[in-house]
Amino acid sequence: MTQGLVDEQTAEDESHLAGDRRLNQAVNDVSYDPQGRRHAVPQNRHVGARRMAPLILSRYTIVSALGKGLDETYRALRSRRSGLRPCDFEDVGIATHIGRVDDVENVLVGGGSASTELEQFDCRNNRLALLGLRQDGFIQAAIKARERYGAHRVAVILGSSTSGILETEHAYCRRDPATGALPSSYLTSHRYTHNMFSSAHFVRTYLGLRGPAMVISTACSSSAKAFATAARFIEAGFCDAAVVGGVDSLCLTILYGFASLELMSSGPCRPCDENRDGLTLGESAGFALLEKSKHVGQRGAVALLGYGESCDGYHMSHPHPKGTGAIRAMQAALLRSGLTSGDIDYIHLHGTATRANDSIEDTAVHSVFGPSTPCSSTKGWTGHTLGAAGVTGAVIAAMCLTRSFIPGTVNTTRIDPSLRSRVLLENREQPVRRVLSNSFGFGGNNCSLIFGTV
Amino acid sequence: MTLYVNGIGILGAGLAGWAGSRAVLAGESPPCEAAPPEPNASVLPPNERRRSSETVRWALHVAQEAMKQAEVDAHEVASVFASSDGETGVLDRLCTALATPQRTISPTLFHHSVHNAASGYWGIATGSQQSSTVLACYDSSFCAALLEAAAYTHIEERPVLLVAYDLPPPPPLYAARPLRGGFAAALLLTRNSGPHNLTQLDIALSNDLSDEATSMDDSRLEALRSGNQAARSLPLLAAIARQCDTLVRLEYLEDQHLVIRVMPC
Repeated sequence: MTQGLVDEQTAEDESHLAGDRRLNQAVNDVSYDPQGRRHAVPQNRHVGARRMAPLILSRYTIVSALGKGLDETYRALRSRRSGLRPCDFEDVGIATHIGRVDDVENVLVGGGSASTELEQFDCRNNRLALLGLRQDGFIQAAIKARERYGAHRVAVILGSSTSGILETEHAYCRRDPATGALPSSYLTSHRYTHNMFSSAHFVRTYLGLRGPAMVISTACSSSAKAFATAARFIEAGFCDAAVVGGVDSLCLTILYGFASLELMSSGPCRPCDENRDGLTLGESAGFALLEKSKHVGQRGAVALLGYGESCDGYHMSHPHPKGTGAIRAMQAALLRSGLTSGDIDYIHLHGTATRANDSIEDTAVHSVFGPSTPCSSTKGWTGHTLGAAGVTGAVIAAMCLTRSFIPGTVNTTRIDPSLRSRVLLENREQPVRRVLSNSFGFGGNNCSLIFGTV
Repeated sequence: MTLYVNGIGILGAGLAGWAGSRAVLAGESPPCEAAPPEPNASVLPPNERRRSSETVRWALHVAQEAMKQAEVDAHEVASVFASSDGETGVLDRLCTALATPQRTISPTLFHHSVHNAASGYWGIATGSQQSSTVLACYDSSFCAALLEAAAYTHIEERPVLLVAYDLPPPPPLYAARPLRGGFAAALLLTRNSGPHNLTQLDIALSNDLSDEATSMDDSRLEALRSGNQAARSLPLLAAIARQCDTLVRLEYLEDQHLVIRVMPC
């Protein structure tokens, strides 16, 4: 049987698309200058042809320094309890805080009848992935999707920036002094631990899925872009549903790497604070099951409404000073969703708490949304979980929608007066219908996602 | 799903550039013994080229070749980069440094270690702000990238540059991942038919694995194909080179085949 292009696209869908083309011409026709004045902008951008059909997040979950699963995460956000602590990862001697997940060390990858096949995946990154899969009934939901669509019709598209590099770091400490060779146990496990595909390989093996799979690795935008690719794969007919998300775990590379760039805060990070002094690193694993609404649509369900991807084309580790790449990603997400900037109730900022990121993201957000759309960064709770930051933002966005809640910004005492967007310090309880979440990465790689209820 | 190839770049031992490799891939002339080529990647400004890794230069070299052939403005082209193992040379230096008591690493080494280094440098070299996706799928990385590029050009209605590349890792890592020869290939893909089309591709995923995946007739090319994920593109490139209607089957993981009908334009 050959599966390729969608062959079931109905006449109804076609007319829907024609309508969307018209819609695109009417959206997003204003921008804001630094003084907050609205200006018309020319309509010559081409960032995707049409509005996407919403895709339901029929199940989603997250594990981070805030806790395991949606309820623990929500309680920590609601009670403004940060998950950051002084660095106690291995023997790392850097004066900083981290967002470490408890008990990752105790997770058993393998066990049971399938143990041999799964045990080879054992490493911190896949332990964290498994801890994530086990929350909120995600495994059961994925198995149900496998039964509904068939194992070949469910994709696994995850994001990660460093995969299981910790295994390689450890192996390099145990090289043969005479030959320089790495330990033999590492040589056989490398494919299943450090190789960049490892997390998706593990998750699809664990869930018994046989559809298209990949790991997207564009630094800190990785797991946001996994949503975009999954949406395309579903629309193209390469699969009917997708397990999307991402996992990144603490390792020496990122701790000493960000220290070398002098981008790390000495204490818990303070996004948007006038005295912010850098980011705090964390780790997380998050997953969502994406399906077409005609299969699982129910009133009030959370859906992916739009995505926008772009590059800065500027520098490997510094964002474009005018935020033009970020602006492009947010505008593309609005166009894809058929929404205007005024339809967005809350912006979940990338908000890493470095001087440059927060200031340039503010410029970009203000240029697209003006001075009144509420926005905040949750990095003061979770730390920056790098390749998993996108899915962390996605799951927090979903919780805002279902729990009528907007998180403020923790650890921050005074918002940088030079920022012009409406950064919230305090949490809010209010109905939320549409959330945009930003993820920006090294290499100038940007992705914005829009979630809403349908 | 139908798409068109408007430009091709290729770099590997005995395969330096599409024009010079076409006859070898078509089976019209035998592959010659050749040392691994040196990428030139002149698209990078000299100071960036000096700083960049060999992996980045291989990727950008073929990217540049495909773009030139297609005569398309880089600002209008999105990209999909596919590498199984990424910056292994940088990772080796990084992990060596982290195994010393001081653990001192340079900022440059760190930001060059990301899997999307080549994509980032492509953006810097061209100034393009279009989407760039970088993915890994072990030995099926090229296949995964072809699917992503096909979906992208159809749905986002924009040409896509696909770049697949991997180099043999340095000695200690080579034993963990013995990628045998360096290889890089690039395809400029579009959904629109036009004067620049070289080849039409009709692609579909299939669960039917009863027919074997396509391999290379020549043993040297087959060794290259089986030794490096990026060279898993060779059967497709050979079919394009032969310029006749051909069916190519590429393995996508152990579970599916990507079936590609290759038709000259």
